[in-house]
Amino acid sequence: MTILEERPETAEAPPPRRVNPLWALLRNSWRQLTSMRTALVLLFLLAVAAIPGSYFPQVSVNRERVSQYYTAHPQLAPWVDRFGGFDVFASAWFAAIYLLLFTSLVGCVLPRLREHARALRTVPPEAPKRLERLPQHAPARPGPQQPAETANALARTLRGRLFRTRVRELPGGGFSVSAEKGYLKETGNLLFHFALLSVLIGFGFGHWYGWHGNRILVAGEDQGFCNSITQYDDFALGPRVSAADLSKFCMRMTDFEATYQSTGQPKSFLADVEVKEGSGAYRKANFTVNDPLRLHHANVHLIGQGYALELRYTDRYGVSQNKVVPFLPTDAMQTSEGVAQFPDVNIDPKTNKRDDQLQVGFEGVFLPTGGDDGTAVSKFPAENNPVLYLSAYRGNLGLDVGKSGSVYALDRTQITNGELKKISGDRPQALKPGQSWTLDDGTKLEFVGTRKYATLSIRYDPTQSLLLVGAVLGLVGLMLSLFGHRRRIWFRVSPANDQEAGGSVIEAGGLPRTDYPGFADEFAALTGPATDDGHAEEGTP
Amino acid sequence: MAELSNQLMALTVLAYLAAMVCYAGEYAFGKRSHVGRAATRQLVGAGAPVPDDVPVVAAPAKPEKPGRGEWSGRIAVIFNVLALALHLATLTTRGIAADRMPWGNMYEYILSATFVGSAVWVGVLLRRPALRHLGLFASLALVVLLGAAGMVAYTPVGPLVPALHSYWFYVHVSTIIISSGVFLIGAVPAAMFLVKNGYDEGKRRFPYTLGKRVPTSAQALERLTFRLHAFAFPLFTFGALIAGPIWAEASWGRYWGWDPKEVWAFISWVVYAAYLHARATPSVKRTVATWIALLGFVTMLMNLFGVNLFFEGLHSYANAG
Ligand code: HEM
Repeated sequence: MTILEERPETAEAPPPRRVNPLWALLRNSWRQLTSMRTALVLLFLLAVAAIPGSYFPQVSVNRERVSQYYTAHPQLAPWVDRFGGFDVFASAWFAAIYLLLFTSLVGCVLPRLREHARALRTVPPEAPKRLERLPQHAPARPGPQQPAETANALARTLRGRLFRTRVRELPGGGFSVSAEKGYLKETGNLLFHFALLSVLIGFGFGHWYGWHGNRILVAGEDQGFCNSITQYDDFALGPRVSAADLSKFCMRMTDFEATYQSTGQPKSFLADVEVKEGSGAYRKANFTVNDPLRLHHANVHLIGQGYALELRYTDRYGVSQNKVVPFLPTDAMQTSEGVAQFPDVNIDPKTNKRDDQLQVGFEGVFLPTGGDDGTAVSKFPAENNPVLYLSAYRGNLGLDVGKSGSVYALDRTQITNGELKKISGDRPQALKPGQSWTLDDGTKLEFVGTRKYATLSIRYDPTQSLLLVGAVLGLVGLMLSLFGHRRRIWFRVSPANDQEAGGSVIEAGGLPRTDYPGFADEFAALTGPATDDGHAEEGTP
Repeated sequence: MAELSNQLMALTVLAYLAAMVCYAGEYAFGKRSHVGRAATRQLVGAGAPVPDDVPVVAAPAKPEKPGRGEWSGRIAVIFNVLALALHLATLTTRGIAADRMPWGNMYEYILSATFVGSAVWVGVLLRRPALRHLGLFASLALVVLLGAAGMVAYTPVGPLVPALHSYWFYVHVSTIIISSGVFLIGAVPAAMFLVKNGYDEGKRRFPYTLGKRVPTSAQALERLTFRLHAFAFPLFTFGALIAGPIWAEASWGRYWGWDPKEVWAFISWVVYAAYLHARATPSVKRTVATWIALLGFVTMLMNLFGVNLFFEGLHSYANAG
């Protein structure tokens, strides 16, 4: 099957005049770039170029995996990085491909748009002289009515079927009816390709003007926060966003409910919060997985949850300090790990000097449901039998060196170089909520209780809804383009040879302008009744 | 119920296998094709997944007595329909056991997608019995995929994790399952077109020799390929590139994040778009275009098996076993 009529060529035949070689080169390259073949090749390149993005860990997806890759492949990793392998979709070569593709697209669709606009305004052309040469042809048949009436009746039928129709009078008393239909196919195709462009542009703008940050929000009024980058555990601002541009809101979590299946599979989560936007007052709101809290210029998504432990340390001088520390879940049953570090304790009230050797840190595992077997693995994610296993360390926590250590583990180098010493026994101390533990130097740690925390992803993407509109329009265009068919039909109605008896002779021809398997039937249906004798072509060619 | 579902699953595979053997029997004992290039009858536009316009074998002058091959083919169809019924029963019991739609993990996903593929195939078969010879390849594909589902992806019945509690789950997953199923069945005439076309061009090496007994014209196979793809592509676009991102936005906070599954959906989409382009470009041969369609199917398989098994991503149903 061939397409019966090619797409309008992008460039018209060059006028016969002297051509500047540079100009010729440019024009040829442009023509090359905007050809369908090039588009095809570029589409392929795009697909191939995306593959490394799924093979190598991506910074934008999971930064930790990238570091793991560095550890696992110390030789290879820098090379992968040099070629943008850890951030494929922001790399120069990926951008090069899609920018070329979209240039090609623009170069391809703009002329088509012009052409199509013209086609929409032009009336269907006069019937070709020899209708029998067309792919569909209904040979001349007599009709009972006069040519003018017949032609008008035909035109009415065609218009009824949404053909654009034009009746012309022919010399010699005949009429021709030209009809065309299926402009929506090209309209849809253009709509689709323009929608693609808009999606790309929207994607780019969203990236430039959007931002996002993640943080853990522990339940309790004292744990609330106000939107600013210092409040985030990690964040990313678009290139056109500064810290001052973040929308103003404050939020605190009053309650977090989690329910579980008896197997420990989570059933539902619900975060109850109070939020205040701009200078307004706090209002209540709640949100859950799949149902974010939508604020002005920011959406708050619930992406995880866990337990934070409230611990109180009372030092040698009887001074107490409270800390609420989130522990990170390590398995589906919420076995959680974390640390509590107290750098500013054991300060002698007389000298008011901090002793680096007397800082205290605790490291351990929290089990919401501890078992009787003594293993440090939780049996259930809800708090049926909460127990905390802790080890205590004293010495220099290594927090002041200016490096950003993890807040979920003690500094290993301090332990190996002996600056930080374990002061509890080999077996960690087990603590239930409310219990306390007296250390070797008489200081005391109390496990006050637990609170739930929610892991939040807070995002703003200004073009998101625009993109949705673009994508939906694109889909509509795609369907019109795939399922539409452009075709032309002509009737020639001449006066009957026998002028006495009156009547007319009708001949018809049809031209599918795109690959359209059903055209023969449509043509038969249209020409059949019109010729009044009940059958058009016998069978089909 | 879960146990019943597993047993039905085994029966389903066996029934497909039986159908496949009988289809193969028809191949082996059947007569050579009556028609090289049947005159192509062309009907209706590309609106439906089940085409009507696939040319029928030119009816033999006299009705002949069905031979061994013919009988084998008829029995194959019976097995095939039986397999489809068992397939449906497997899915239903699985859904009842889990008390939800059976689309919650990779095993169920493959089960559903192959069911759609199989249903479309049987639909095609009922409308155009002459295409029966494609059954060998359709049932082969189904047996392989179902076998793989049972062996590498089997997951015990369980409830949905909260991340899947969303009506977008139904919209996104069902459209992708249907489009994958249609792409799957579209790959069959695509492959057969290449075989038949090669045979018609005089190639006599192995896969092309299969073309000897294919009664349908290459052109008709190509058209069927296009129709199935043209149906599946917008659906896939909707499922993967619209419904998916909408859900991802609500669930993960970003509509598109180049998670491995998203990357491969993008790749499949681009490859299938390239197929449609290639087919619409007169200077590109239909064989080349069809190869691109097959490549698209390979990328779908990659997304299903490769990504689920080898890459770590956010799609929580993607964990196997
Ligand atoms: C981002 C890249 C592109 C994508 C994803 C894309 C996708 C598509 C799709 C899916 C179709 C199928 C609709 C149909 O068959 O009618 C299509 C058709 C078409 N595309 Fe593109 N396209 C892209 C770029 C281009 C470019 C650069 C050109 C120009 C060289 C182009 C020209 C066309 C034409 C002429 C058709 C109509 C084919 C027909 O008559 O059916 N496209 N495109």
